[in-house]
Formats: sequence, C-alpha cells, structure tokens
Amino acid sequence: MSVSKRSFQLVACLSVFVFLLIGIACNGGGGGGGSTVSLHGAGATFPNPLYQKWLSEHGKLHPNVRIDYQSIGSGGGVKQLKEQTVDFGASDSPMKDEDLKSAPGEIVHVPTVLGAVVMTYNLAEIKQPLRFSPEVIADVYLGKIKKWNDAKITADNPGVTLPATDITVVYRSDGSGTSAVFTDYLSKVSAEWKEKVGTGTSPRWPIGLGAKGNEGVTGQVKNTPNTIGYTELAYAVQNKLPVSLVKNAAGNFVEPTIDSVTAAAAASAATIPDDLRVSITNAQGAQAYPISSFTYIIVYKDQKDAAKGKVLADFLWWAIHDGESFAKDLQYAPLPAEIVKKAEAKINSITAGGTPLRQS
Amino acid sequence: MAYRSSDRIRRATSAVMTSLTALCTLLAVSALLIILFYIAWQGIDSISIRFLTDTPKPVGEGGGIGNAILGSLVLLLVSSAIGLPLGICVGIYLSEVGSGRFAGAVRFIVDTLTGIPSIVTGVFVYAILVVPMKHFSALAGGVALALIMIPIVARTTEEMLKLVPHSLREGALALGAPQWRVTMGVVLPAAAPGIATGAMLAIARVSGETAPLLFTAFGSRFFSTSLNEPIASLTVQIYNYAISAYDEWHAQAWAATLVLMTLVLGINIMVRFVTRKRF
Amino acid sequence: MSAATHNQFSSWRRVLSPTGNTGDAVYRVLMLSIALLMVGIVVTMVVALATESMPSIRQFGFSFLRGRTWDPIRGEFGALPFVYGTVASSLIALLISVPFSLGIAIFLVEQAPYYIARPIGFLVELLAAIPSVVYGLWGIFVLAPFLREYVQPPLARVLGWTPLFRGQITGFGLLTGGIILAIMVTPIISAVVRDVLTAVPSSQREAALALGATKWEMIRVVLVNGAPGIAGAVILGLGRALGETMAVTMLIGNRPEISASLFDPSYTIASAIANEFTEATGDLYLSALVELGLILFLVTFIVNGIARLLVWNVTRGTGGVGRAA
Repeated sequence: MSVSKRSFQLVACLSVFVFLLIGIACNGGGGGGGSTVSLHGAGATFPNPLYQKWLSEHGKLHPNVRIDYQSIGSGGGVKQLKEQTVDFGASDSPMKDEDLKSAPGEIVHVPTVLGAVVMTYNLAEIKQPLRFSPEVIADVYLGKIKKWNDAKITADNPGVTLPATDITVVYRSDGSGTSAVFTDYLSKVSAEWKEKVGTGTSPRWPIGLGAKGNEGVTGQVKNTPNTIGYTELAYAVQNKLPVSLVKNAAGNFVEPTIDSVTAAAAASAATIPDDLRVSITNAQGAQAYPISSFTYIIVYKDQKDAAKGKVLADFLWWAIHDGESFAKDLQYAPLPAEIVKKAEAKINSITAGGTPLRQS
Repeated sequence: MAYRSSDRIRRATSAVMTSLTALCTLLAVSALLIILFYIAWQGIDSISIRFLTDTPKPVGEGGGIGNAILGSLVLLLVSSAIGLPLGICVGIYLSEVGSGRFAGAVRFIVDTLTGIPSIVTGVFVYAILVVPMKHFSALAGGVALALIMIPIVARTTEEMLKLVPHSLREGALALGAPQWRVTMGVVLPAAAPGIATGAMLAIARVSGETAPLLFTAFGSRFFSTSLNEPIASLTVQIYNYAISAYDEWHAQAWAATLVLMTLVLGINIMVRFVTRKRF
Repeated sequence: MSAATHNQFSSWRRVLSPTGNTGDAVYRVLMLSIALLMVGIVVTMVVALATESMPSIRQFGFSFLRGRTWDPIRGEFGALPFVYGTVASSLIALLISVPFSLGIAIFLVEQAPYYIARPIGFLVELLAAIPSVVYGLWGIFVLAPFLREYVQPPLARVLGWTPLFRGQITGFGLLTGGIILAIMVTPIISAVVRDVLTAVPSSQREAALALGATKWEMIRVVLVNGAPGIAGAVILGLGRALGETMAVTMLIGNRPEISASLFDPSYTIASAIANEFTEATGDLYLSALVELGLILFLVTFIVNGIARLLVWNVTRGTGGVGRAA
C-alpha cells in the first residue's frame, strides 16, 4: 500500500467528515421554516409524562407549533426561567420570595395538575394495605420507631401480624420537589421534625438510604425487603407496589386516589392566596389525602415575543381545560373547578408589552 | 536432564499466573455478557423499524428514538471534530514538541482534566455558551463532550507516540525530513492503531454521557440537525425513560441502550479498519 | 540555500524552531498554542469554580474540609464525608480493577491467539460504551440483590470481626459503588495497557526467553518495560472513577457519613453535585456545592501527583526503557 494511496484515503474520509459538518451547520437556519413557532420549557420531573402527552395532543391540533419540555428538576426549571434560556418553567413547589425578587421580571404561577406523595413499603407477607398515622411516619423517619412490629404501628393496623424486622428507611438523595412536599407535611404534623430537620428539597435525613429519583426509591423499595419509602403515586401504581393509607387532619385513614387528592385541593381553594402559591399538605376535608401538592408552570407575566407569548398562553389555557382529561389515565389528579377558575385569571393576565395576550 | 526444584517452582508459578490471567479475562467477558444479556432481555422486544425511525410519543402510544439517534450522531460528529484534533495535537505536543518542566506542568493539568465530573464540565459550558446565547444548542453539547474527550485522547496519544522506537525518528531525520514531517508522516502513522484506541475510548465514553448534555444540548422531541437549536440524544432519552414510572418507557430505554451500543461498536469497527496496520 | 542568506532572514525562525525550517516553526507554534489553549481552559475552569465558591469559603474557611455535617436547610456544610467517599470508592475500584485489567491485557497480548484476542478485545472495550445510567439500573436490579443475597452474608460471617464488614446488609453502599466503578473502569485500563504491551518490542521478549525465562518471567519483563504506560492507563482509569456520577449515585446509598464498614452507605463528591446542583437554591448552598467541585479538582491533583511519584520511583532503577530496536 503506497503512501499516496493511504493519504488519499485519509483525505477522502476527512473531507466526508467536514462535508457532513458543514451540511449540518447550514441546515440550522433553514430548518424551522415559515410560520413555525418553537417554545422550550424545562423543570419538574414529576409531571413529565403528562406534559409530554399534552405537548403531543396539542401538537396534533396545532401542527405549526413545536413545544419541547425537558425534565431537569423543579429547581432547574426555576433557574433556567430566571436565566431566560427557556420560555416556561415547571416546578412542584412554588417559587420562594427571594427567587421571585431576583428574577428579571414578574413571574406568574399557573397550577396545572395535582400529585400525591405516597408511602410505599416492601413486606412480602402483608397482603392488605397498611395504615399510618402522621406521627408514626415522622417517628419512623426520625429513627425513633425501629421495628415493623412496633406498638404504634400495630395500633393503627389491628388484625395484621407485622414482622419483628428492622425498618430500612429510604429517602430521595437528590434535591426534589417530592422531598419538599413530604418534609413540608412532616413539619406540619411533627414539631420534633420541624425543629430537627425542617422543610426543603434537600433535608438532612436522620437515618436511612438515599436513592436517586422517584425511580431509584421505587427500585430500592421493590428490591429490598423491609423497606419503607415515599414516592409519587404514579410510580407506586406502575410498579405494583403497595400504597398505604394515611390518616388525614379530619382523622380518617384515606387512600391516595385521584379523587382524594382533588378533594385536598378543593378544600384549600377558599383560602388560596392571589398568586396561587400554596401548600395543600394536611388539608382539611373528610376525604382529603394529606400529602398532596400542586405542580405549577411558571412564566413571565410580560412576554418579550408577542407571537410566542400568544402560543404559550393559548397552550396553558388548553392545558387546564382540555388537558385535564388526560390526567386520570396517567395517575395525575385533575384540578378542581374552583382552582381552574383562578388559573384562568392568571393566564389572562399574561401580557406582551402591556397588552393582554388573551381576550377572555 | 535433572530439573532443579527452583525450576519446578518457576514453572509452577508461570502456569498459575497464566491461568489467572485467563481467568480474569473470562470473568470480564462474563460480566459484559451478563450485562449485555440483561439489556437485551429487557429491551429486544421493543426494537422495530418504527422504533428506530419515529419520534418519541407519550406513554401508551409507542413512539421511537429516531430523532435521538440522529441527534447523537450529530453530537458525536461535532465533538469529534473539535475534540480529536485538539486532543491529538496536545498529545503530539507532550510527546514530541514540549520539553522540561513546562511540558510536565501541561501533562499534569491535562491529567487533572480527566478527573472532572462530567457534570462540572457541562455546567462550565453552560455558563460560557448557553447563558450568553440565551438558549441551549447542539453546539454547546458538542463542546462539552469535546472537553471530556480531549484529555483521554491527549493522554493515550502521548503514550502511544512515546512508544514508537527512536530508530524510526532517527531514520527519517537522517533522510533529511524536517521535524514536522517526521512526526506527521512517520511517527503518527506508526502509532495510529494506538491513537485509534484512544479515540475509540473517548468516543465510547462521551457517547454514554448524559449529565453534561442536560445542561447544554437539552433535548428535543423533533428531528433536528441544527447546531443552534437544542437537540435530542440517545443518552438523554434513555435517562428520561429510565427514570420514569412506566414499564413501556423502561423497555424503550433498554432498547435504546442496545441501539447505542451497536452504534459505538459500528464506529469502533470502522475506525479500527481505517487505521489498521497493513504490514 | 546559502549559509549567508540563511542567517540573514531566518533568525526569527531560529527562535521558534531549532532547525530553522518554516514548516517546523509553524508546527511547533501550532502545537504549543493548542497546549496553551487546554491549559487556559483548565485554568478558566478553576478560576470560575473558585469565584463561585467564594461565599462558601468566606463563610466556612478551612473548617469546610473538616466538617462532617451537610445540612442544606440549616446552612451547615462540611466536605469530609464526600472526600472520604470519593477516595474510598475510587480506591476500592482500582484495587479490584487494576489486577483484572492487567490480567486481561496480558492474556490478550501474550497468550491468546489472534483470532480470539481481537473479538474479546472488542467486547471488553464495548463495556466502556454502556451509558452510566444503564450501569446504575443494572446495579439496582441485578448487582445489589446479588450482593445482598450471595456475597455480603458470607463476607459478614467470615470477616465480620473486622470493622470493614459490619452493619446492615442492604446491597447498597460503599462496596457496591466500588464494584460498579471497577466494572466501568476496567475497559479503559485494559485497552490502554493492551496497546502499551503491544508496543513493547519483541526483542525484549525474545531476549528474556533466550535467557531461559518462563512465560511468566518474560511477561514480567514486558510489564516493567511498559510500566510508565501502565501507570498512565491507571491514571486514566482513576480519573474516570473519581468523576463518575450516575452509576455510583444509584448504588452508593447517598449518606454523607463516614463509616469504616464497606456495607454502609457513603457519598461521593460527584454524586452530591449531580444530586443537588439543579435544585440548589440559595447562594450559600450553591457555592458550597461548587466548593466541593473545587475540592475534587484538588483531590485529583494530589492523587495524580502521588501516582507520578510512585511511577518515577519504580522506573528510576530500570534506566532506558525499551526504546532500542
């Protein structure tokens, strides 16, 4: 093989390479074409499956609109919105005051759907769902209740024989809205928890194993006996893990179902503040599931691009009306009617250069 | 012939050690086969033409990874175009051009670069490219991956170049070739298979990276080749599906992994073919 | 070119390149600038990391390195558990992986016939292409239960008297994290060592055999010849182990606590950054995480430095390393 033939081959390969690259780069500008409007959103992982469904259905109705959503976490959604690298963000917990102040513009919270944090466990011999009181959950996670057959647990579960094994506690190691909701609930029901640990996305867990993501927690619980963990309802149901009943503020043991979660939101509709930033854990209401939460889409009140802003506002409007019909199939609880009304007002307040984008 | 006992011990040691190395290889191959088998078992049912050419769809509607495959190829192309030449040049510098303490310092710094978690590289590129541009882009993703590739390629290039016998260099110099001709025309081709290994390791490494892409290339549901827009990739898609609750998406994640590994295997074979020693 | 003209207008070229050749000057300048570019990028990264972690450094100072508490809600941060987890898991990974990788490389280069070595080599390199998140998932569903059922109980029975093998057996923890890292690092080390061993001239092998060495003794000669290259391979592997995020974070238990037992959960710097970076709100929290990244840089520096010293010590005595022929 002569040198010239070898170098010819090399040059040929390289030129194909370079040609491909130039082709890709040039394709950039022309790709979108015409009147296509592109939007990007990022944020919470919890509602991702539902948002993907929404984007797909909405895309069928409006083929010239391309909306992308990437789940990078609630905090990520807030950050990207503040940096203005995305058009909308999504967060399980409402933004804090300091974050709102440091944002370059006023931000509007639009609640989209509801979720439930459920207590799941791995006890092969137990067939019916266990019942937990709030103090029991707090004590287990504080490390004060160590065995499954502790008196406090058996008191809530008459007729069930619990094993004498150690409880292995599982928590979320990554910062997450789910942890924030769970710790928010625990802080409300246990003064000791509030003092020792507090509320937040990354609390300092007294005991237990940290798993990454909801899927990590469900994976660990599913594969390790005698574990207890908290996760989103969809994950427990899809993985066929047992889901426990939790005693709510009214004293009833409530199963986390779509209806009991919606009931929790409905019960708080009367007292919800104007900016719709609220926690609905431990809600009043006979059939309310106590560990429920809203998830929000966050957008700038004044949109820079009128065309994009209109598309965004219309999408949000569609989401809280037509979109809710897709929620139940994916184990998300739709917004109760009272909250939808308030969300409508928020969407109508989105403007571009001062003029509202939607004429309600 | 009389065999002394020390001979017997030496032979025995040799036999034991050579069997041990065979055992190591067996274990490594078994580990790989176990993992591969598990991935295939979980994912093979989901592979179809539709899966390979369609865009992602919501749960329950099937969908595919076509745009993710395209996106990964684009990202690999961009990152290789940036990372391979730069990495090889750094390797050439460390082995052929540089000398003394400065080269030692450069080598040290490049070594440190290998230890940076990919997420830190991703955040760095996010800060210098995405934030000023105010949007995510495939270019940013390519740059982040290139930064991860460069230290691997540089290090292996340097090692391989150093292993080329001096006699080759001296022969070329004696024939009157200038230094650059010696390096480019004689030493580099002699070390080509080894450098190809480095390139392949780097490509394999970055094709499995997720974290840096989350902050730079972002992700997309559509086919796109634009460098200025976010772009889908196999790893991000696998990550999104794997962390979801749905078995259907899990199966797609495993299937996508199979596709990814086939892709890398294909590139591996191609690179090896182009740089094979012909004598 | 006559000597006179050469001296007149190529003095600047002479500065750039000893041979005075233009092509050489261009080549040297090009290589040097690219090397400087890389150094510049790393320096920029370090500076960016340092600036971002200033708030945390000002708040905690050196006690950050000693602190064992990591409480984002209360604003108390300490890096020691993460440093311990990072170093310990990487050490375990290398302890397991280096002998295996060497064994694989030796077998493929010295013992296996060509038609076996090629495909097996491919297969081992393929391990490097598996995405980290897939390793993590495989670990959760296959490795962790396997360790929990079949490996950890016997270890606890036989070696439970040592502080290394005590505690609750869950299948997740420092040992599991170390093992998955070992699997991920092996293809890198073995591939590079393979190339290093291949490049050792056959004259060395022939000389050893001619002197009556057994196969293993000949292999030892080859290993000594390739020692610097092998060290380079191990450093590459170490780099991967220190910075690995996804797979480790799914298997190591993620508890920022220092414990002697390998069965207990632990936490690495890379895992912490991956877990908490996107959700970190508040300047102090963010800068504490960035400071962790800076510390990882430092740890990599120090470990690399030690590795270099070791290699220098080992190869000092062997003099000229097989470059003849």
